[in-house]
Amino acid sequence: MRLTQGTFSFLPELTDEQISAQVSYALGHGWAISIECTDDPDPRNFYWEMWGRPMFDLEVERCDVVLREVRACREARPDHYVKLVAYDASRGRQTTALSFIVGRPADEAAFLADRGADRRPTRHRPRPGAVDGIGGAPRSARSP
Amino acid sequence: MLSGNNSTNGRRDRWASGVTPYAEMGYFDPDYTPRDTDVLAAFRITPQPGVDPIEAAAAVAGESSTATWTVVWTDRLTDHRHYRAKAYEVSPVPGRDGEHIAKIAYDMDLFEEGSIANMASSIIGNVFGFKALQALRLEDLRIPGHYVKTFPGPPHGIVTERERLDKFGRPLLGATVKPKLGLSAKNYGRVVYEALRGGLDFTKDDENVNSQPFMRWRDRYLYSIEGVDRAGAATGEIKGHYMNVTAATMEEMYERAEFARELGSVIVMVDLTVGYTAMQSMSRWARRNGMLLHLHRAGHGTYTRQKSHGVSFRVIAKWCRLIGVDHMHAGTVVGKLEGDPAIVAGYYDTLRLDHVPADPGRGLHFDQDWVSLPGVMPVASGGIHAGQMHELLHHLGEDVVLQFGGGTIGHPMGIAAGATANRVAAEAMIQARNEGRDCLREGPEILRRAARFCPELEAALQVWKDVAFDFQSTDTPDHVVTPTIG
Repeated sequence: MRLTQGTFSFLPELTDEQISAQVSYALGHGWAISIECTDDPDPRNFYWEMWGRPMFDLEVERCDVVLREVRACREARPDHYVKLVAYDASRGRQTTALSFIVGRPADEAAFLADRGADRRPTRHRPRPGAVDGIGGAPRSARSP
Repeated sequence: MLSGNNSTNGRRDRWASGVTPYAEMGYFDPDYTPRDTDVLAAFRITPQPGVDPIEAAAAVAGESSTATWTVVWTDRLTDHRHYRAKAYEVSPVPGRDGEHIAKIAYDMDLFEEGSIANMASSIIGNVFGFKALQALRLEDLRIPGHYVKTFPGPPHGIVTERERLDKFGRPLLGATVKPKLGLSAKNYGRVVYEALRGGLDFTKDDENVNSQPFMRWRDRYLYSIEGVDRAGAATGEIKGHYMNVTAATMEEMYERAEFARELGSVIVMVDLTVGYTAMQSMSRWARRNGMLLHLHRAGHGTYTRQKSHGVSFRVIAKWCRLIGVDHMHAGTVVGKLEGDPAIVAGYYDTLRLDHVPADPGRGLHFDQDWVSLPGVMPVASGGIHAGQMHELLHHLGEDVVLQFGGGTIGHPMGIAAGATANRVAAEAMIQARNEGRDCLREGPEILRRAARFCPELEAALQVWKDVAFDFQSTDTPDHVVTPTIG
């Protein structure tokens, strides 16, 4: 499968130049840039590993700093997903403004729907599920 | 602005039994300075021939606050000056013979805390059938921050929704399952699965999909969640299907919502037709249960569309932000349903911004401060397709759910292909915008380039290339008349 989290996963892989253009856009808005990676891309894994601290005060023309960190992270974690996160700290938003994948493992993860045969509140685990989702007992509540 | 004559000199005693003009009873007061804590209303009034606009405005103020048709001495048991609403400004509408905008101030004490039903019963409860008026329209409300704070607002709001879905930087994409009536639950779930695995974030029950003989709600939920889960596994994304819980009673709505939660759905939906109180109840349930709440504005066109009579949708949007919904349909500009671009922009501002400045060009009569009440995600639905992505992004921005029902399910290569076309179009347009391209002008070229690597988008552009809905809007700003952009 192809993991399609992130803002641009349906486009061909972004080139370094295209990544730089997005970074320029983010820095132009005064957003902080973070790089995060994980080998657990479950959509409800909200805490990927932080590749250092967010870069808060980069000047708009310093896309090269971000790209250098992206490359370093990819090289150090070849089996991980790597994403670039732009964070908007302005009041009323204070959340991620843009987030897209900039590195993928050669062999991507696969999930199977967990139909809750064992009533456990997890889904998308890499195991076959029993076909009792339809007309069966309700699955247990899942969060968030 | 009309000044009238507010003097009582030479007139009958204010408290004499019988009928006294409303303006003379104090319901017109051009010297009144609205207080920060007042609820302010802008009404478009069309008096019957021969009726003085000031008296008509005073009558609206009177009947929507303390007055009745005749003088009652029991007013004197109260601080009547405090409780009566005051029409403080009456101005003719340029270019609209016989119409006036009357601004009326209501003291906050007139309203129960946190109750839309009460605010609605007060302000639009009695006055719309008034014989002395040919027509009456509530154009806008200014709800003071003090009163806003008595409402819970959206169960989650835009920021929390995006964080929960892990989707940032682009419009969310959805589709309403079609045909909206007649599919069996199993066939229905197929559409959910295909649309979500193809690239959409949400699918949706339509407003009239409740629990009919051909598909009962429980079966629909089970098959739909199967589609949601399988699509989530196929893509590694969080997906959702708006489970419509609209039903005849609150008890049934709660039962359906509880079941949707047990299944692991991230979102439920309700129709505007259930009423303000039922919506407030569902909002509390959604906050308590960590479920997003989608609102379909079913029925609103009966009272929002005509320029001279009814209630503007911007008022309904304000009430719904207070009631607390996470999503609300608010127009597409380019699609098949009514929506002047400037007027729709005013709705979107009203739902999303924290401070909305008055802007007559957008139909906004008052500044509205939301005092940090979270924003509602507007939903654009009805006759839109991938080929319009540049216009949609230009008019509606990125905090919006774009819903392509026919524009997904009607794709010649299948439902998943339709979804892929929409997702690729959205991502390509966001990428281009962020790169500094002028999307509105270069949009068609951006889409054509994206279609080179995406045959699904190519097919969508081909099949819907000439589809546009060019009709004059009925509800437009007063000082500029703009056609619907197609």
